[in-house]
Amino acid sequence: MENYLSLFETYDVPAAFWVNIQLSFWAAIFALVIGTVLALFRISPIPSLQWFGAAYVNIFRNTPLTIILAFGFLGLFSVMQVSLAGDLNASLFRIAIVGLALYHAAFVCEAIRSGVNTVPLGQAEAARAIGLGFLPAARLVILPQAFRGAIAPLGNVLIALIKNSTVAAAGSVATESSSLMKTMIEFRSDLVIPIFLTFALGFVILVIPIGLLTTWASRKLAVAR
Amino acid sequence: MNKHFGELHVLRDINLDVARGEVVVVIGPSGSGKSTLCRAINRLETIDDGQIMIDGEVLPAEGKALAKLRADVGMVFQSFNLFAHKSILENVTLGPIKVKGMKGGEAKELAMSLLKRVGVDNQAQKLPAQLSGGQQQRVAIARALAMKPKVMLFDEPTSALDPEMINEVLDSMVALAKEGMTMIVVTHEMGFARKAADRVVFMADGQIMEEATPESFFTNPQSDRAKDFLGKILSH
Repeated sequence: MENYLSLFETYDVPAAFWVNIQLSFWAAIFALVIGTVLALFRISPIPSLQWFGAAYVNIFRNTPLTIILAFGFLGLFSVMQVSLAGDLNASLFRIAIVGLALYHAAFVCEAIRSGVNTVPLGQAEAARAIGLGFLPAARLVILPQAFRGAIAPLGNVLIALIKNSTVAAAGSVATESSSLMKTMIEFRSDLVIPIFLTFALGFVILVIPIGLLTTWASRKLAVAR
Repeated sequence: MNKHFGELHVLRDINLDVARGEVVVVIGPSGSGKSTLCRAINRLETIDDGQIMIDGEVLPAEGKALAKLRADVGMVFQSFNLFAHKSILENVTLGPIKVKGMKGGEAKELAMSLLKRVGVDNQAQKLPAQLSGGQQQRVAIARALAMKPKVMLFDEPTSALDPEMINEVLDSMVALAKEGMTMIVVTHEMGFARKAADRVVFMADGQIMEEATPESFFTNPQSDRAKDFLGKILSH
């Protein structure tokens, strides 16, 4: 036990988790924005936008996240010299956020589209009939109802995103939790299993409230029909 | 005008003029194309050829011009289609505020007076799902009226209602007709046709078979299809 507790004196576990929380927070916001725009493209009446939305979703959804994040580090940062901040670590951190956001935006788009499918066609017809164009009808009538119908699937995307933030290690964000876990296992091979369990438990604690919250919210905010 | 759904020719050479202030009731058997005709008038259904003109303007195919013209055409649906996430009051004020740019206070005043006219002003803060079908449909009428439309389209407005709620909706429609609103009403309510219509249009198989005043249509139908139809529905 004393051995185990000494781990926390040598290694700053909460700080590593804090990196994952920050990665997830920013990536979730950008993914939500990009995913909403993509969903609008996919339900829009303009064929070229529909095509773009479908192409984006199919490309990013079907590419392993590891490859996207490794490309961010090796392709964008190292080869193409794309830098999003003056400082090396900050730049890698931001590139990882971009990679996570672009990848999960595809899933957000599909979650919102499933929410759009919960909105009866008559809602859109009624919106058009009072003279609203596509964008105002989407913003005022379709999306508010679609989001409420999409809370549970959006929650699933967020849960996946939090856990996937560990893949930022592939983008050389060395401060995040799975990287720290690797270091700890390397130096404290006597405590491999407790170390694994510690990090597993950390993510369970992070993720469980999100599941509870989205279940509660999707009930609370359900649109009565 | 003409329209096809795949192989099916749903509207065949329809040619219909409705005068300002006229109330036209479209009746006919299921699948005769009467709802499609009604929905085509504000382009919820596209047409294959021909044109639709409203107050001298050709109905545009898409874009802002179409939205603008739709604002002048009130539509009441069979399934009400009130915005489910908005209160009754917001349902009625949405169009005036977002389409016409009316101020919030002014729109609210207009909405309350319209809701009062259809007798649901005491429900203004509720959500659509909390109202009965008849109340929802009357709100839908108020929502359409809030746009100050040049013509009102009713697509089987009472078909989804329980029998005891049909009259409250029909009463609102009769009142509207008396005020001189131009109306095109697709319905199975023969009583309404008799009471409020200036002209009855009988459709079958995508064609207009007969047009007449309600009086002469119901007492002396000319076409065999109309005689057959009336025989079936009036025998009880």
